[in-house]
Amino acid sequence: MDILRFATAGSVDDGKSTLIGRLLFDSKAIFEDQLEAVERTSRDRGTEYTDLSLLTDGLRAEREQGITIDVAYRYFATPRRKFIIADTPGHIQYTRNMVTGASTADLAIILIDARKGVLEQSRRHAFLTTLLRVPHLVLAVNKMDLVDYSEERFEEIREEFTAFASKLNVSDLTFIPISALNGDNVVSRSENMPWYHGSSLLHHLENVHIASDRNLVDVRFPVQYVIRPQRATDHAFHDYRGYAGQVAGGVLKPGDEVVHLPSGLVTRIASIDTFDGPVEEAFPPMSVTLRFEDDIDISRGDLIARPNNQPQVAQEIDAMVCWMADTAKLAPRSKLMIKHTTRTARALVRDLHYRLDVNTLHRDETATSLSLNEIGRVSLRITQPLFVDDYSRNRLTGGFILVDEATNGTVGAGMIMDVR
Amino acid sequence: MLQRDYTTSQLDVLEAEAIHIMREVAAEFERPCLLFSGGKDSIVMLRIAEKAFWPAPIPFPLMHVDTGHNFEEVIEFRDRRSEELVARLIVASVQDSIDAGRVVEETGRRASRNRLQTTTLLDAIEEHEFDAVFGGARRDEEKARAKERVFSFRDDFGQWDPKNQRPELWNLYNARIRKGEHIRVFPLSNWTELDVWDYIRREGIEIPSIYFSHTRKVFERDGMLLPDSEVVKRGDDEPLFEAVVRYRTVGDMTCTGAVQSAAGTVEEIIEEIAVTRITERGATRADDRASEAAMEDRKREGYF
Repeated sequence: MDILRFATAGSVDDGKSTLIGRLLFDSKAIFEDQLEAVERTSRDRGTEYTDLSLLTDGLRAEREQGITIDVAYRYFATPRRKFIIADTPGHIQYTRNMVTGASTADLAIILIDARKGVLEQSRRHAFLTTLLRVPHLVLAVNKMDLVDYSEERFEEIREEFTAFASKLNVSDLTFIPISALNGDNVVSRSENMPWYHGSSLLHHLENVHIASDRNLVDVRFPVQYVIRPQRATDHAFHDYRGYAGQVAGGVLKPGDEVVHLPSGLVTRIASIDTFDGPVEEAFPPMSVTLRFEDDIDISRGDLIARPNNQPQVAQEIDAMVCWMADTAKLAPRSKLMIKHTTRTARALVRDLHYRLDVNTLHRDETATSLSLNEIGRVSLRITQPLFVDDYSRNRLTGGFILVDEATNGTVGAGMIMDVR
Repeated sequence: MLQRDYTTSQLDVLEAEAIHIMREVAAEFERPCLLFSGGKDSIVMLRIAEKAFWPAPIPFPLMHVDTGHNFEEVIEFRDRRSEELVARLIVASVQDSIDAGRVVEETGRRASRNRLQTTTLLDAIEEHEFDAVFGGARRDEEKARAKERVFSFRDDFGQWDPKNQRPELWNLYNARIRKGEHIRVFPLSNWTELDVWDYIRREGIEIPSIYFSHTRKVFERDGMLLPDSEVVKRGDDEPLFEAVVRYRTVGDMTCTGAVQSAAGTVEEIIEEIAVTRITERGATRADDRASEAAMEDRKREGYF
């Protein structure tokens, strides 16, 4: 059994909560006491139906205002897979939440109301999904029951969205006509839409191939922590020196020739250690400890790669940045902390090239700053070299966060587009 | 070109993520500590810590907030396990907080030290100047927890502000705080109850005996089976009877209920959980039943 992480985008009006509620309910991930609590609250509020959005809206302010204000994580499993849903709200601070939820997602489901068709927000959701390089996109055309399960309507929406998606970089796009309320094509194929020959939504989620989405080609091992058991009880480990981290790309094997950055020194992997014993290979997302044949000065923030396949060593980078600060703005001359893999440094915003309208994809080159939930392309100068790849090549070595030194808040998420 | 699929099982993915989180904390904070109660989640968390730093010992102390109302089997387990790991165990005592006048004991039949723990915990964090505190909470436990970050910021007063949380992207965690503030870290955020049990089975991890079926004198209150103990105040209208039970969660005796169960092995427990229709906190925790936002309110104050 493996794990699929997916993000859901859409507002309550699109039936997103109903869809999640149905997936959880039909996979028996909702328990009786949770359902009773939701039924009780629905009754207290005078709602006639059981409001499944109450399952995910956990905070007091959310229940009071009837809105979702944060990413909620939900879990369910089928015999084939464990699923982690990042449920992102459709209302306020949408971009910040969607970007957060999509950053770790293998797949995103965008919900469209079959009656309304492709709306501005559907385009925004699709754009953010592709900006964050979510490998698989599902367009769930919901409320098919309200358009008489019409094949023509479904095809219209498919064509319109496909035309729009051609402007984006969508690697895998699947359309599924559903009715979350009635369960059509959610868990099993619907008899109401004999013209649809594809998978049900759950069947698709269970079977979409994600193992090859990881970068297994470019070896990238950011050194996270140096393990030196000076007070080890076992004397065999007195001289032990291992470099711990989570593999961010490629497949490492003992005996492989590797290069250490920033020094550029070349050595070989002596052993790949874990608590459960040495392993013959390490690949994403394994957390392991490497030992090398030569004594090299290695610390946290350094990176191990292959001599013939190295990341760029850069102090000047171009990136798409999603700005997340409530009040402060991002503008040229802004100084921030940057955290990229296991390395933290300071960054200076040299230039804001344009602000992107996430609804129209229009680039506003006259923009002078980015406010909350705005996205733009910036140039940064970093105080020390980072070991980077384009975000499109590797999400882990191409993504970074920006931290405000005054408030310590996480104020930006960046995706590296180009290195100078 | 690739000979194989490189599929990773769900437990391996969750373990790798938790190890990454632990190492981030060890690398970025001055004085972390790990909350160890002897309950199954903190036992799993401790195993992850053991794995993350092997062959070095765990580079931070363990801390238990002891209400004085804990099951003796669990306390015995706690002490033995920390000794095996050569880990430093700090016991922060609610009784000491009461004696020092920091908190006042609740009275009446439903008196519990559950809420008092928060003060003891925050005092201990301040006294030892901990800047990161590992907790075993999972997001599937409760809906306020479903929205909490892996690195959860706490202000000078130890409080959680759910509306002002730091966005968390990829595997990048923001560890920056000012003096006096701290971060609660939840490495098992993405684990479910079943994942925890699957992991206990896979790793062959020992757990306290009260998780397995046994015969115990209990009485019924609000549909929960509470144990016969001098610290649990029982009314005359609450008769004792013998039942075959086990514990699904392990907490304070005054607010942790047993469930009727014949499951005597980890395998049988997993079978039982796979078909159960009630969440572990709903079945066994009186502290969560107080109101719909009981957990959120306690978390805001600085609870685990």
